[in-house]
Amino acid sequence: MSDEMQLLEERVNREYEFGFTTDIETDTIPKGLSEDVVRLISKKKNEPEWLLEWRLKAFRHWQTLKMPKWAHLKYPEIDFQDIIYYAAPKTSKVKPDSLDEVDPELLKTFEKLGISLKEQKRLTGVAVDVVMDSVSVATTFQSQLAEKGIIFCSMSEAIQKHPDLVRKYLGTVVPMTDNFFAALNSAVFSDGSFCYIPKGVRCPMELSTYFRINQENSGQFERTLIVAEDGAYVSYLEGCTAPRRDENQLHAAIVEILAGDEAEVKYSTVQNWYPGDENGVGGVYNFVTKRGLCRGHHSKISWTQVETGSAITWKYPSVILKGDYSIGEFYSVALTTGAQQADTGTKMQHIGKNTRSRIVSKGISAGKSQNSYRGLVHVAKGAENTRNFSQCDSLLLGDKCGAHTFPYIESRNNTAIVEHEATTSKIGEDQLFYCEQRGLDAEKAVALIVTGFAKEVMNNLPMEFAVEAQKLLAVSLEGSVG
Amino acid sequence: MLSIKNIHASIEGKEILKGLSLDVKAGEVHAIMGPNGSGKSTLASVLAGREEYEVTEGTIDFGGKELLELSPEERAKEGLFLAFQYPVEIPGVSTTNFIKAALNEKRKYQGLEPLDAASFLKLLKEKAALLELDKSLLSRSLNEGFSGGEKKRNEIFQMAVLDPKLTILDETDSGLDIDALRIVAKGVNTLRNESHAIIVITHYQRLLNYLQPDFVHVLMNGRIVKSGGKELALELEEKGYDFIKEEMQESLTA
Repeated sequence: MSDEMQLLEERVNREYEFGFTTDIETDTIPKGLSEDVVRLISKKKNEPEWLLEWRLKAFRHWQTLKMPKWAHLKYPEIDFQDIIYYAAPKTSKVKPDSLDEVDPELLKTFEKLGISLKEQKRLTGVAVDVVMDSVSVATTFQSQLAEKGIIFCSMSEAIQKHPDLVRKYLGTVVPMTDNFFAALNSAVFSDGSFCYIPKGVRCPMELSTYFRINQENSGQFERTLIVAEDGAYVSYLEGCTAPRRDENQLHAAIVEILAGDEAEVKYSTVQNWYPGDENGVGGVYNFVTKRGLCRGHHSKISWTQVETGSAITWKYPSVILKGDYSIGEFYSVALTTGAQQADTGTKMQHIGKNTRSRIVSKGISAGKSQNSYRGLVHVAKGAENTRNFSQCDSLLLGDKCGAHTFPYIESRNNTAIVEHEATTSKIGEDQLFYCEQRGLDAEKAVALIVTGFAKEVMNNLPMEFAVEAQKLLAVSLEGSVG
Repeated sequence: MLSIKNIHASIEGKEILKGLSLDVKAGEVHAIMGPNGSGKSTLASVLAGREEYEVTEGTIDFGGKELLELSPEERAKEGLFLAFQYPVEIPGVSTTNFIKAALNEKRKYQGLEPLDAASFLKLLKEKAALLELDKSLLSRSLNEGFSGGEKKRNEIFQMAVLDPKLTILDETDSGLDIDALRIVAKGVNTLRNESHAIIVITHYQRLLNYLQPDFVHVLMNGRIVKSGGKELALELEEKGYDFIKEEMQESLTA
């Protein structure tokens, strides 16, 4: 291995820059999971009876399930009795009405993460809901959005203020019985974001949720629900980080999206949970179910994700293309370094006629990490004239990492056109040397090559986010790439 | 500008250069010729700083600095440019962005501000015209899907933009048809000036017809065995390398 590659290796194993903890008093419940715990969470959140029943049903179903093992991931048995299922910063037991009432420690935490909650300080154009451990601590720009009839608030708030909407849509895209982690989340979900765009409304700003795990030994189980009525449009951003800890933390979230006739939802994620150290100690286990339903004709749901964090990633943002002429898109950059493992991809379920989907997945593996793409394109019998295009590219840095592709195609309609392309390449010594000969040092060379590799996906991110994501890629690669 | 003294270099334990010495002054064009395996490309790699090559003996002075102590990127920023025999492809990075990054790194090294967008584009346009490079190539991924001729012209184009003190053309003529050869030679000739030295590594006379080198050196078995003016290249073309081998034999037995 050349010196450059070694340098890259070392850099990849850099310190995680968001690894600090916030010293704040937290209201936690004892470790462990039981019906009583589910009841306690529901009570703490002052929930209506129907929701408690819904949670209990999910919990009972979860008890009948086993943790899935089919992914290309290695991890020890998770002891679900050793996790804290509810942790809330004490000051926000009752969500403050104004930011002046938010604990300054919390504000500082988010300032440090680069998220200013003071609206006047923020760049205009992004409203943000921030969730720390199990609860939302603040949501900005709510009143401006309300003028257009847009609801953007924490899930807890939505349950209190808009119970009918929540009840109507919760679990309609990801049923509580969907899978092991979905059932678990349905039983114990604590907070998350709720977003409702009424008919014909174009959301005038980006909506954003920022998730932060702080409490030790706690799991984070947030739930996000986005409903875009006919003709509505919204672009949604999600970011996340966690402190550096030696124990693994569990994150099992659900995101549900519904798009009506001619509605469009763009969902972008920059996932940067703590990845653990270079030997695989600590880090977040990220088991997430994300799914969108294009229920109306000409509707469109687009997932864009930049995944650089987590010790383990298990995540397949999917689209059910039910409405005729609906469109599903999945753009992904997954970067794994150190001992990280990612098994991520998408599912495109074509049900309506003339539906189209596009999958662009870019996996970058460094260190001794394992990076897998797993995707399903399903064409139902009645889905006439379906089109799908998938492209899965892998880039390897060094010779100890792995890249894997598991594409599944199921077509029950012979008018469907399904295309799949895949490539695997390595950053070669030749490429590095070429860049160096032009005056770029190894680190800049790798950043340039990786940026080029991920370009098609990055171009899909909203401007502000793209810059952040590009920086994140470069930082994540520091010391791991030569 | 460049003074190579008694360089020994090996790769994977095998010695390729065995005491090579060469002096190149600013403004001069030197051609290095020699049979396959004589060490021509090794010389290019050693000058550019490819780390697979280990220099076991000798010194190389480049504009008053010891070249061997500089990293490849420092050498580049000091003004050493290698036109690669096999330019690599970098998907997703346009030629424009690549050359911009390179140029700004060099300017930073020289204590200059990055070039503003308008001046940069003007510079690109001017140099692209010189190499008859289609503008669409500049927005395409670097070397991806370029023809052999386009790749070589792109190398000379980068040289033109980066304005080096010393350029090494490593078999730039290989794989070029006659038109591409003419364009490349024209580009190089335009950039020939008093402050720019050029080392042309080649197998054949034909590029030298266009470039008219000041000196021609024959490299054999890791050493320069014969030097002369441009007429030496013609002689080689006519007689092959064998006559030099014979000459060497004679001088050994004499």
